[in-house]
Amino acid sequence: MAARIHGGAGAGAATALSTFNPKKLVAPSRTNLPAARSSKRCIVAAAGSDASKSLRVGHSQKLIANAAVATKAETSATTGTGHELLLFEALQEGLEEEMDRDPHVCVMGEDVGHYGGSYKVTKGLADKFGDLRVLDTPICENAFTGMGIGAAMTGLRPVIEGMNMGFLLLAFNQISNNCGMLHYTSGGQFTIPVVIRGPGGVGRQLGAEHSQRLESYFQSIPGIQMVACSTPYNAKGLMKAAIRSENPVILFEHVLLYNLKEKIPDEEYICNLEEAEMVRPGEHITILTYSRMRYHVMQAAKTLVNKGYDPEVIDIRSLKPFDLYTIGNSVKKTHRVLIVEECMRTGGIGASLTAAINENFHDYLDAPVMCLSSQDVPTPYAGTLEEWTVVQPAQIVTAVEQLCQ
Amino acid sequence: MALSRLTSRSNGISRPLSTAFGRFISTDTTPITIETSLPFTAHLCDPPSRSVESSTQELLDFFRTMALMRRMEIAADSLYKAKLIRGFCHLYDGQEAVAIGMEAVITKKDAIITAYRDHCIFLGRGGSLYEVFAELMGRQDGCSKGKGGSMHFYKKDSSFYGGHGIVGAQVPLGCGIAFAQKYVKEEAVTFAMYGDGAANQGQLFEALNISALWDLPSILVCENNHYGMGTAEWRAAKSPSYYKRGDYVPGLKVDGMDAFAVKQACKFAKEHALKNGPIILEMDTYRYHGHSMSDPGSTYRTRDEISGVRQERDPIERIKKLVLSHDLATEKELKDMEKEIRKEVDDAIAKAKDCSMPEPSELFTNVYVKGFGTKSFGADRKEVKAALP
Repeated sequence: MAARIHGGAGAGAATALSTFNPKKLVAPSRTNLPAARSSKRCIVAAAGSDASKSLRVGHSQKLIANAAVATKAETSATTGTGHELLLFEALQEGLEEEMDRDPHVCVMGEDVGHYGGSYKVTKGLADKFGDLRVLDTPICENAFTGMGIGAAMTGLRPVIEGMNMGFLLLAFNQISNNCGMLHYTSGGQFTIPVVIRGPGGVGRQLGAEHSQRLESYFQSIPGIQMVACSTPYNAKGLMKAAIRSENPVILFEHVLLYNLKEKIPDEEYICNLEEAEMVRPGEHITILTYSRMRYHVMQAAKTLVNKGYDPEVIDIRSLKPFDLYTIGNSVKKTHRVLIVEECMRTGGIGASLTAAINENFHDYLDAPVMCLSSQDVPTPYAGTLEEWTVVQPAQIVTAVEQLCQ
Repeated sequence: MALSRLTSRSNGISRPLSTAFGRFISTDTTPITIETSLPFTAHLCDPPSRSVESSTQELLDFFRTMALMRRMEIAADSLYKAKLIRGFCHLYDGQEAVAIGMEAVITKKDAIITAYRDHCIFLGRGGSLYEVFAELMGRQDGCSKGKGGSMHFYKKDSSFYGGHGIVGAQVPLGCGIAFAQKYVKEEAVTFAMYGDGAANQGQLFEALNISALWDLPSILVCENNHYGMGTAEWRAAKSPSYYKRGDYVPGLKVDGMDAFAVKQACKFAKEHALKNGPIILEMDTYRYHGHSMSDPGSTYRTRDEISGVRQERDPIERIKKLVLSHDLATEKELKDMEKEIRKEVDDAIAKAKDCSMPEPSELFTNVYVKGFGTKSFGADRKEVKAALP
């Protein structure tokens, strides 16, 4: 049913850490976070309108010099120097801090306890908090997801881990009917403050069943929120926000992003669950992306900048609901939209986002919204074929050139 | 003597139902010992004794509450046929003994979770007739504000967790509730109820494995009414001994039409679950109506069978015979009680009919919770508001 993913299976497990070359990941090892980010720290509900305005630094000339080149992150400038860690460690930190803070938070999933998690996200937690709070479940996604939801109805705050997002398809009934709908059908009596998380996305030759993108399947479920993390900074922030949220939140991680390294602040912070992240302000075109495709986009942005374009890159982060405020402001500025996603072409997040943008911002568009998604095929095993199922930076460059004619 | 007791009862009838039978302790607790109709069949445990401790007050309470439940379900039947209740309506008449016997031995801290045949269990947990009928008719004073319907009755303050439409999905939820009870060390148990049809779901075995592995205080109650909608149990299950299905989990087979057998079994199960982990109770019961209101109930079973069970095993008749044989009330007094119950139900229906439908803005409430740390917005960062025509 579910293949156990051992470290070193090529999916970026911690054991491969020392030999892991970030450049191979077609991503800069540090993200370019504007200084204004520091204002969001320790604020729970970010004053979104102010922050995004200040993020538009303005002049394209100034930006081209900084664009898409790894710079020293100035995020932790205010107080301490911050500390550097990998994305899975950031997730672990967030989880540990929340478990320290609230005794109702518990973790359940396959191999999260003694094994430490198949991607080491829960490493060391079972020793610290005990077997009941970091629960090793048998292989029964339907039952342990249901169990987490039942526990949440009484007031616990479980974090349910799917070893791979694809396995959560077995728990779809519990997630759709019980998790999403119970707050509504009980007339508000029960809240379900669960976090369902796990790695998904196309990895390195993992095969069709272990390379699924479930965002598209879950997006219509009413009552849940979906977020996708992409950097250690927002991974920790989103994990903490998701745990504190009273709504059920599905946190999508990506198999290939677990070993990204970044310096994050020492002090406590939370990322707003419904907010998009401005990665690179620009003037010519808005590129909307999330999760791993952010790095493909940033690599394409390097090429684009050298060719004279000025793309504005937004990591939408919140897959349900969309942050149409940030996206809308961007569209009103650039008038061109390109969506780059890893979901399938049919019925994916990009399809919904295209519809939402067309409905709401039609008057501001100078060109049709273009959406680059993965091909509608099961992910093949062969490396060359697998590369062609997802969007590559070269395709992004071509699409921008086409849109900006 | 019986009459004076009854007059004190009739003063109690105008009280809301939840106080009227929330407790089985009353002025008259003359103990009575009652033998269950059949011995218990046990799997991997010692069956409890057939002698059940009860009291005269309890006997009368059982009769009254079961008659109320029966009357409520029959009234729901008429309302459905009058098209005031739409959609699905699964009626519990015939199975009342299970709800009553269970309530007699548990507290409001013990949790119950069941499937869609939940009207009577909701009533047993302290819900009022008005809430039931308002919810069934989709009015705003219903227990789920009219947004749940027949299959989604919940009562958080009495630990009643519903009310679920998907067959079998409530059992893992029940294990989760038991997990939470163990986590916070509450010394309470969870009764996760399901039917003979749901007993063939894989998630049940997953849930059993989990419960037994971690010694969760969960009691799985299989209400075996012998039909999974239209399919008889012998056509759906290779092994119809549902109490043995747990394999390593102990089980008890109980005559579900005998409220005292149910009471004894639940008491035994609660003690067992608090010490040793899960146990399965199979309640051998029967439903007179079809699976739901859209099922006549006679295409897959004969009318003789239904009327046979009604004559020989009806739970209310059994209690009535016990009441009469112990000389606690006369036939006439019981008939008067039934008349008052009928009036009570009719009053609740009339009041529920007067209740208004939910406001249009209720369409969008309770989809998300506005909790600490996040705000939930619709598109454009504004709350989704709508005025329906």
